[in-house]
Amino acid sequence: MARAATNRRKLVLTLLAWTVGIAMFFPILWTALTSFKTEAEAIASPPSFLAFHWTLENYAEVQARSDYFLHFMNSVVISLGSTLAGLLVAVPAAWSMAFVPGRRTRDVLMWMLSTKMLPPVGVLIPIYLLFRDSGLLDSRIGLIIVLTLINLPIIVWMLFTYFREIPGEILEAARMDGAGLREEILFVLLPMAVPGIASTLLLNVILAWNEAFWTLNLSASQSAPLTAFIASYSSPEGLFYAKLSAASTMAVAPILILGWFSQKQLVRGLTFGAVK
Amino acid sequence: MATAHSRAAARLTMAPAVVLLLGWMLIPLAMTLYFSFLRYNLLMPGTEEWIGTLNYQYFLTDPAFFTALGNTLALVGGVLALTVCGGIGLALLLDQPFWGRGIVRLLVIAPFFVMPTVSALVWKNMLMNPVNGLFAAVARGLGLQPFDFLSEAPLSSIVLIVTWQWLPFATLILLTALQSLDRERLEAAEMDGAGAVDRFVHIILPHLARAMTVVTLIQTIFLLSVFAEILVTTNGGPGNATTNITYLVYSLSLLQFDVGGGSAGGIVAVVLANIVAVFLMRMIGRNLDL
Amino acid sequence: MKTRVLSLTGAAVAAFLGASAQAETLSIATVNNGDMIRMQKLADHFTKAHPDITLNWVTLEENVLRQRVTTDIATKGGQYDILTIGTYEVPIWTKQKWLMPLDKLGAGYDADDLLPSIRNGLTAGGTLYAAPFYGESSMVMYRKDLFEKAGLTMPEAPSWAFVADAARKLTDKSKEVYGICLRGKAGWGENMAFISAMANSYGARWFDMAWKPQFNTDPWKQTLTTYLGLMKDAGPPGASSNGFNENLALFQTGKCAMWIDATVAASFVSNPAQSKVADKVGYALAPDNGLGKRANWLWAWNLAIPASSKKGDAAQSFIAWATSKEYLELVAKEEGWANVPPGTRSSLYANPDYQKAAPFADLTLKSIQAADPLKPTVQEVPYTGVQFVAIPEFQGIGTGVGQAFSAALAGQVSADQALQNAQALATREMTKAGYIK
Repeated sequence: MARAATNRRKLVLTLLAWTVGIAMFFPILWTALTSFKTEAEAIASPPSFLAFHWTLENYAEVQARSDYFLHFMNSVVISLGSTLAGLLVAVPAAWSMAFVPGRRTRDVLMWMLSTKMLPPVGVLIPIYLLFRDSGLLDSRIGLIIVLTLINLPIIVWMLFTYFREIPGEILEAARMDGAGLREEILFVLLPMAVPGIASTLLLNVILAWNEAFWTLNLSASQSAPLTAFIASYSSPEGLFYAKLSAASTMAVAPILILGWFSQKQLVRGLTFGAVK
Repeated sequence: MATAHSRAAARLTMAPAVVLLLGWMLIPLAMTLYFSFLRYNLLMPGTEEWIGTLNYQYFLTDPAFFTALGNTLALVGGVLALTVCGGIGLALLLDQPFWGRGIVRLLVIAPFFVMPTVSALVWKNMLMNPVNGLFAAVARGLGLQPFDFLSEAPLSSIVLIVTWQWLPFATLILLTALQSLDRERLEAAEMDGAGAVDRFVHIILPHLARAMTVVTLIQTIFLLSVFAEILVTTNGGPGNATTNITYLVYSLSLLQFDVGGGSAGGIVAVVLANIVAVFLMRMIGRNLDL
Repeated sequence: MKTRVLSLTGAAVAAFLGASAQAETLSIATVNNGDMIRMQKLADHFTKAHPDITLNWVTLEENVLRQRVTTDIATKGGQYDILTIGTYEVPIWTKQKWLMPLDKLGAGYDADDLLPSIRNGLTAGGTLYAAPFYGESSMVMYRKDLFEKAGLTMPEAPSWAFVADAARKLTDKSKEVYGICLRGKAGWGENMAFISAMANSYGARWFDMAWKPQFNTDPWKQTLTTYLGLMKDAGPPGASSNGFNENLALFQTGKCAMWIDATVAASFVSNPAQSKVADKVGYALAPDNGLGKRANWLWAWNLAIPASSKKGDAAQSFIAWATSKEYLELVAKEEGWANVPPGTRSSLYANPDYQKAAPFADLTLKSIQAADPLKPTVQEVPYTGVQFVAIPEFQGIGTGVGQAFSAALAGQVSADQALQNAQALATREMTKAGYIK
């Protein structure tokens, strides 16, 4: 009797959860489906869900018009590069915040976060001029630098909250054994913090992959990532829903798949110190 | 117990991050501050001249400014309220036992990976478009008049799009926090005859307070500068109905190429962001014992 | 053995360096319009003839493109060798000496063949500073089948009264057929292009001779109330976010009985591969109000080279190719005459093959000739430009006014309130810029 009640409850919950899940996912699903339709079917009323003439012509058209792999590689290099560079700078900073906290540690951290609240458009022209003078316009290096700086506060904060969970005594013991600062961070701290670093890395790759203001404004042809690729499909002439869907699917799929495969790692450290 | 040695090491290890961010903040900021006192239109080089606070006078008396301020607050507040409430609901749901939890979780977090430009394009064209969009087709199928989202309820539509993007993030953080809740306490409370509502209000909600603070802080940082969604869907319109401060500064500096006016707007935005920051820090300090 | 490898490597390096010293890479920034995308596809023909030149394309949506190229040229960023710019930018940029004179287009280029009204806007002191890729005016496109069914006949030169009346009669909201589709999305190049051209035919003007904004005058009031009333009774839902592309999609799927927009759209709506109504489209001149001016605008997308470019010669050879008579023939051969970029060369309109393939050719030419950038409206004005005012401040003012009008279209404010807002905004900006003392 109780068992039946539990099962009924589980069934209701299952239905509810699946409804919510599908509703959240629906815009993405719909885009993916539309990318396989012809332009005429894409705006047909009433719309058809699966019973349409499946075609790959939109993907062929998109590939013929723009070099997807160039943009894809740029996205990979820029998002990975900026995240790694960010980690390089942030690990020592987070170490000192977590293990040698001073009176101002909290203020410094909050100040770092507040730099992220500045509206980027306000400083585009100055940055553009600086980039022009240093030859960084339309270069992957330039975009890596900017995205590193943009995401640095988040990286520092995530690492800090994660490092704080690690007992300081272990590091101290290593120090007693004569480990220098470098050894202490590299061989003692980092191995213990792998889950936190993994989720920091993943979150920042996602944020950098999706950053659309700087990447679009500081790149032209050589360094343009997928955010710029999508900007050429936003409203071309005539019917464009199917082509737009194909381009959108191509821009989103890599990071979505990465996110899905690594969601356990992503979630494990994604607490920002919210779980005690 | 920190020794003098480790104090020095702390300063040294902190230095790169601090110096980089300081440079990233101060150099453009100084240039922006300087530009904000100039008559400086990008299309008219050579005509730059010092005009004192004129740019500020124009920006602050622009009727669009107050609309934009209100829209910014409404957008941030609306999305925060929806994502925190929705996130708690979703987290509670995903925490229950049901068939296919792993897959549902993947479906729910998917929107977080979609770039803002793409999600705005998809919502605008394929879902909300009143003639060719899916919602219109559904409405017609039900015999209803299609609703014209982006001109009848422009700001709410943008809140909806942004909420869709950020709900997964809130859900994930809240779910992780929820899973660390001591089950025995809940069971004990149930034994004592506490109803579901009581348990939620007195045990679950206080437990989630820190996670809610974190969600608020992180999202505020990103929501203050929501831009791509507005640019793609409404261009700040109709009228100024969806212009937020970021978009207003954008339209000054990059649509009108009035670098002087845009810079003044940028500085005002920085000041406002700092007010929000101080306010947030206070709140966080109380809740996050950093 | 070792020396041989070394010398081979040396030779390879030398060959590589030699090649790279000769080869030039041109970065071309262009709009994602159909004709430009076609140019990108056909560019192989150019690189085959010029193996020492490689092309890099940066294709962007119009507003993003404008923002990118303007920022770049004004800061002398030097990221592009060839820019796609509009008729609005060319005179302003030429005055700033930002553009390279196009004096090496070659003997066979025949600049005299360019349509005078288009060419005049791109010339300063007798020299061409940008070469037109395609040109357009505005005209009425309508559904012959719907007109016939309703017992209406479209004259070749309709009046606004006729258009308004027909639009209301043809509207059948239950069948999703709307009498008229017009631009409503805010932007100086979107709704204001249409509304300014319409206002010209009502005798309105942007500024009087003392640069005072004129939105408080009667002709503007007539224009805006006619436009709003028409869209309310006979327009599609969501019109305040419809620009050229959205309306094109509506017309192509048979939702509009009439559409007044760019003449280039004629080849898209009559193309059976894209359009459900391809065989049912008729064309007419843009409407007038009996004041001697029609609602014709004038626009061209042009190719130009930044003055700072070091690859001027290669860039000019590309521009000469892309805007030549031979390019038109190439497109005709590959994709048919109806798809050639229109509105730039007189010879195209004299070509019987083109006339046969493009039933809209004659009206397009007439529309382009009807627009006069030097005398856009009934009264005298201090500016040039038909649907824009060729001053740097116009983008801001035009877009602000466009926002005010789209708010009225969305029903947020009344026509009077919108005009009042537009007047206040334009006065403010013109005062700030120093035009009004």
